Amino acid sequence: MTEELFQKMAQSIIDGDEDAAADLANQAIAAGIDPLEAINLGFVAGVDTVGEAFARGEAFLPELVMAGEAMKAAVAVLEPEMKKRGTARKLLGKVVLATVQGDIHEIGKTLVGTMLSASGFEVHDLGVDVPAEKILAKAKEVDADIIGLSALLTTTMVKQREVIEALDKEGLRRKIKVMVGGAPVTRDWVQRIEADGYSEDAIGAVATAKQLVGAA
Amino acid sequence: MSTSIKSITNPKLRLEVLTPEEVRQIHQATLWVIEHAGVRFPSKRALDIWQSFGASVDADTSIVRAKGPLIEEALRQAPAAYSLCARDPSQDLLLDGNHVFVGTDGCGVEVLDLSTGARRTSSLRDVADIARLADATPEVAFHWVPVSAQDMPPETRGLHEIKAIWENSTKHVQTESIYNEREARAAIEMAALLAGGGAELRKRPLLSLMQCSASPLGHDGGSLEAALLAAEAGVPTGFMTMAANLTTGPATLAGNLVVGNAEVVAATALLQLAYPGAPVFYAAAQAAADLRTGAYTGGGPEDFLYGAATNALADFYNIPLSMGSFATGAKEPNWQAGVENSLSTLMASAVMSDMLLGVGLLHGSRIWSYGQMMMDCEIFSIVHKIMQGIVVDDETLALEAISAVGPGGNFLSQKHTLRHMRGIFVPQFMDRRPYNEWEARGEDARDWALDKARKTLASHQPSPLDPASSAELAAIIESAGVDSHL
Repeated sequence: MTEELFQKMAQSIIDGDEDAAADLANQAIAAGIDPLEAINLGFVAGVDTVGEAFARGEAFLPELVMAGEAMKAAVAVLEPEMKKRGTARKLLGKVVLATVQGDIHEIGKTLVGTMLSASGFEVHDLGVDVPAEKILAKAKEVDADIIGLSALLTTTMVKQREVIEALDKEGLRRKIKVMVGGAPVTRDWVQRIEADGYSEDAIGAVATAKQLVGAA
Repeated sequence: MSTSIKSITNPKLRLEVLTPEEVRQIHQATLWVIEHAGVRFPSKRALDIWQSFGASVDADTSIVRAKGPLIEEALRQAPAAYSLCARDPSQDLLLDGNHVFVGTDGCGVEVLDLSTGARRTSSLRDVADIARLADATPEVAFHWVPVSAQDMPPETRGLHEIKAIWENSTKHVQTESIYNEREARAAIEMAALLAGGGAELRKRPLLSLMQCSASPLGHDGGSLEAALLAAEAGVPTGFMTMAANLTTGPATLAGNLVVGNAEVVAATALLQLAYPGAPVFYAAAQAAADLRTGAYTGGGPEDFLYGAATNALADFYNIPLSMGSFATGAKEPNWQAGVENSLSTLMASAVMSDMLLGVGLLHGSRIWSYGQMMMDCEIFSIVHKIMQGIVVDDETLALEAISAVGPGGNFLSQKHTLRHMRGIFVPQFMDRRPYNEWEARGEDARDWALDKARKTLASHQPSPLDPASSAELAAIIESAGVDSHL
């Protein structure tokens, strides 16, 4: 019975079906199943299946994103129950994400957020046009391991440096890793502003983030 | 001395990617989207204009919903034809639907250095050098800012870039790198200075502005305000959609055209509501996002189809089109760059897109290559030749020559041959040498292209801007920089 439920959970992730995933999570709670088991034996199996299919070139990015969103929906349902039981999902790290001030380009950053949270990071996405102070405040508030900064314009890319400098000033530079991204970001730029990591796409961003928290 | 400009005109080829009925369907779907889903205009000035014309405005989300008749009536005010003017009037570009002009691409962030071949961060010097090379190159009709002057302060970078181009070329300057009101105001002031005043600039726009939309269905506030300022000054302005299948647009081509069209049409309507009759153009560089990475990918069959489809939309609205072509994702000048840039340019030219953007960039418009620029120009020359089609008349049917030669023999010594042989295309960068020569020498088209760029840059001196004007442009930039710190 439980085995069957776990299989359905995995399938809901493979299908990218948020509603089914949330529904199955509720069923698990009603049946008294440990929410951590539901995640690890049920839903994560689906994420792994999609991830493996992607690695083989058989699945594509939209399928990864939809699996990620279904996973998020399931976890959202299970979280209160975990709290009640005093357990928590093992996280790879906490990430604060933002598109820098003066820049409204959203999609790359959002995609990185989806991929990171599907991979086991806790993601705090502050949206677009976010000033450095706000990013720092959030990072301190949630005790972030990583700050991720996106910029699409060469004129706003400089704000990535400002955030790094602000971190430095507050003595947080060693504690919080900074990864940057966006079309104009090059390795040369990353070295110049002394960022800790960068990636040219969302899949690579997960690998970079894992490396930065020592989980790779 | 200024060069004459090569453009495609009076074409013999025709290509219909969308039937008139399909264009009408896309238009109707677009109006539906603007009225129901809405388009985001995050600018108080823009929202006030929409509100004053009775559109529904959501102040919290900045989303505007406007009814079809308001949009259609506004678009009817847009002029069908006008000229992009140049410092040298013989290089003015008439956007009348019967010309295809090519610009330099923009806006890259790195350059393959012309002497060392190494990839490095772009600077103001690169903007100037590329402008000077483009000035000497007949296939290039106008400039975009090719690379970002990253050694200049961000708050006046866009102004330094256009100054550098004007100082190194007499051709028209279109900037895609000014997207806030403060810099736009200064840029228009600079253009007016060169034109001989605001009224003269209106008659002879030496500058045009291109703004990117924020797909799906959105705009940037600074871009909108810059565009409104330009429209007020009579400086031609266009909105470019880069809606991409899967990410910023639907997975289907028609749906992606609708999303992009809604962005461009709504913003163009805004300019016409505010300043009826302002010169505007449609701009587009749609593509499919990569299925694996989600990255925007120039090139690919979707890109080519958009290149041919979008002019049908711009024609329907009776405004000029600036179309992204030469949008290769290749990392270096190679077969991918050749295939992608040829097909995109052929498709966009076959439908007579008014402006093609543009030559010289690799890796999705990030890395400037002088060699690629020269080879892209050759691609345009080939397409230019194709577009002339085949002329059939008594002279070209060549019956006299055919009967003189008869069966066997050859046409090499015929007077008819002498009259027409220069109509045969002579490539600059195609290898037609004997095999042994190729093997012995080792170099190829890429080396020839670089060599041509080097030689041209070593010798070409553009008609200079007089030092007094240069100084005045610098003063405008200076004061715009001061304003940014107020």
